[in-house]
Amino acid sequence: MPGSMWLIPVLPFAASAVLLFFGRRLGAVLGPLVGAAATGTSFVLSLLGLLALRGGAPAYHAQIRWAEVGDLSIRMGFMFDKLEAAVVTMVTFASFFIQLYAMGYMRGDAKYNRFFTIVSLFTAGMLTTVMADNLLLFTLGWEIMGFASFSLIGHWFEKIENAWAAFKAFVTTRIGDLGLMAAMFLLAAQAGTLQFDGIFEAVEGAAGAWWVTLAALFLFWAAVGKSAQLPLHVWLPDAMAGPTPVSALIHAATMVAAGVFLVARNYALFEASGTALDVVAWVGGVTLLFAAVVAVLQEDIKKVLAYSTMSQLGYMMMALGVGGYAAGVFHVVTHGYFKALLFLGAGSVIHALHHEQNMHRMGGLFRRMPVTAVTFIIGMLALAGIPPFAGYYSKDEILLAAYEANSALFWIGSVGALLTAFYMTRAVVLTFFGRPRDKHVFEHAHESPAVMTVPLLALAVPSLLYGLLAPQLLGQPVHQWLAFGGHAAHHEPSSFVMAVATGVAVAGILLGAVVFGVVPAASRKAVISALRPLYTVIKNKFYFDELYQAVFVRGTRALAGVAGVVDRYVIDGLVNGAAALTVFIGSQTRRLTNGFAQAYMLVLVGGVVLGIIVFQAIGG
Amino acid sequence: MPLPLPYFLVLGALMFAVGAWGALSRSNAVRVLMSIELMLNAVNINLVAFNRYLTPSELTGQIFSIFVITIAAAEAALGLAIVLMIARRRGAIDINKINTLRG
Repeated sequence: MPGSMWLIPVLPFAASAVLLFFGRRLGAVLGPLVGAAATGTSFVLSLLGLLALRGGAPAYHAQIRWAEVGDLSIRMGFMFDKLEAAVVTMVTFASFFIQLYAMGYMRGDAKYNRFFTIVSLFTAGMLTTVMADNLLLFTLGWEIMGFASFSLIGHWFEKIENAWAAFKAFVTTRIGDLGLMAAMFLLAAQAGTLQFDGIFEAVEGAAGAWWVTLAALFLFWAAVGKSAQLPLHVWLPDAMAGPTPVSALIHAATMVAAGVFLVARNYALFEASGTALDVVAWVGGVTLLFAAVVAVLQEDIKKVLAYSTMSQLGYMMMALGVGGYAAGVFHVVTHGYFKALLFLGAGSVIHALHHEQNMHRMGGLFRRMPVTAVTFIIGMLALAGIPPFAGYYSKDEILLAAYEANSALFWIGSVGALLTAFYMTRAVVLTFFGRPRDKHVFEHAHESPAVMTVPLLALAVPSLLYGLLAPQLLGQPVHQWLAFGGHAAHHEPSSFVMAVATGVAVAGILLGAVVFGVVPAASRKAVISALRPLYTVIKNKFYFDELYQAVFVRGTRALAGVAGVVDRYVIDGLVNGAAALTVFIGSQTRRLTNGFAQAYMLVLVGGVVLGIIVFQAIGG
Repeated sequence: MPLPLPYFLVLGALMFAVGAWGALSRSNAVRVLMSIELMLNAVNINLVAFNRYLTPSELTGQIFSIFVITIAAAEAALGLAIVLMIARRRGAIDINKINTLRG
């Protein structure tokens, strides 16, 4: 194990600082390369660490004492164990290629340097979160990601919608972050430490205690916000307002997975409270189905992928909830690879079509951009869960874990898998096959430059092979590598589950291909008009945005209006009233100063006489 | 037989009353100043008389009256100087017309 593992999160920080101060001077090529080089070095380091772990080296852990607050000793440190190894390699790999890709995608952008500065900062934040050995440092990285996400969603803030999308994402995830704060206070009070190992030690003797469940639920609330689970999911589709490389990195591969990682990291806490695990499982299950249904009717290629991401995050949560710790984390990793690939592919299409994102105006692009099309299809097959693509292995494990725990969740997952295959096939068919629906758009389409296609090819490799070759890479089966607490919760392979998982994926793809490739558009329209009410509800994403608009946004505004009135008339009234009273008293008493010196004297004499009388009366 | 104390007190009271009347009713600034002097001297009579009749062995009252006379002299000098300046500037010393600082 290299002794310099702490450099993994520090290098991107340094790169971000360099870009912040010297980015413009470094220019359009050297600048991004600084960020990519830092991330690439981190990747190499994490790979070395992974290989050391594979060879049986003990986990890396380095820490410093940071602050003493009363009895609470706060230490800051990084650790690198098998869980971190699996996630960090994925994050750095994806981030490296996404930065290369962005050099092509963002070329000529007015805020080019700002973009790369924040991408590096984001990568550093994510790596800090993953490698932190205590909840405080974890929160630090978490908040850095929140900020980076905000400023990258709003990268093109000249358009007011983008600025609002960034605002919405920030506020919504912030609502979740309150849970992280609350959990931190609760754990500091009850467990007396913020170190993860200390917390888990304290939890071990307190299984079923009220504060364990409460802390787990607080943490899960934060994860719900960050991972866009119901009911805090509304920000993720809008976050697609950001540049596509950002969507790939932040809103697909890494940051949204941090919520899942939060649950995985504190799994001992969740396990000690059975209730919290059930909540995680059901929220994940409902979200995966909800998002898959909505994804079917999205027209924007990025929105399809956004809802797909939400749905896959639901799978991960469900896996963790039903006890499939290894399955959930494994899906984080494989999903990171192929969802980054899918987003970059979508970005390549969008780039080629001059920012046309509506799939109904695409079609027939396979011939124009074969590399993008082939890699996109690899990503789609991985996402759909077709063997031997990466997604198959992790999704199969998830369904297996669900099958053994709760048959309702298993069927939800299976239906979700069917829908996943269906909507992804729809996206592929509408984008790359059929006749071009918009001649003008089609004429201008062209394959993206090498700086964009090479990352696509690079990400296609793990999307294709990671599931198949992970045991070779890790030197042991994935469920042993990601064994929680030393015991590998291995689920007996079930041919029934495998058949269902593969069956629904194939069925979904065939159904999608037939519906969108063979059936004429007129028949589809007929079906839609027959199911008009259902169609409207799904098309409007079950009216979550409208509901939140009516309840929370209007509610908050109404409250703000009331507060405004109180401020203007009560608070200001008191202040202005005090001032007016002084002015009034002054205007009345000034009459006493009338300029007649003899009048003053008279008052003086009168005062003295009065004083004497009073003095006599009291003294006498 | 010397005059009893009340005689002096009555004299002082009368002088003070005359001075107060003058200070309050006259409009000529010089007369007002003179009236104030009268009041101060009325006080002096009181001080000296009390000293003589109540504590003849000490000189407190007499010393005090000398202080008062000194202060009165200074006050008269200042007051007359101010009145003189006002007279030069305005040509009149009617105290009711000197009201620049009214509220």
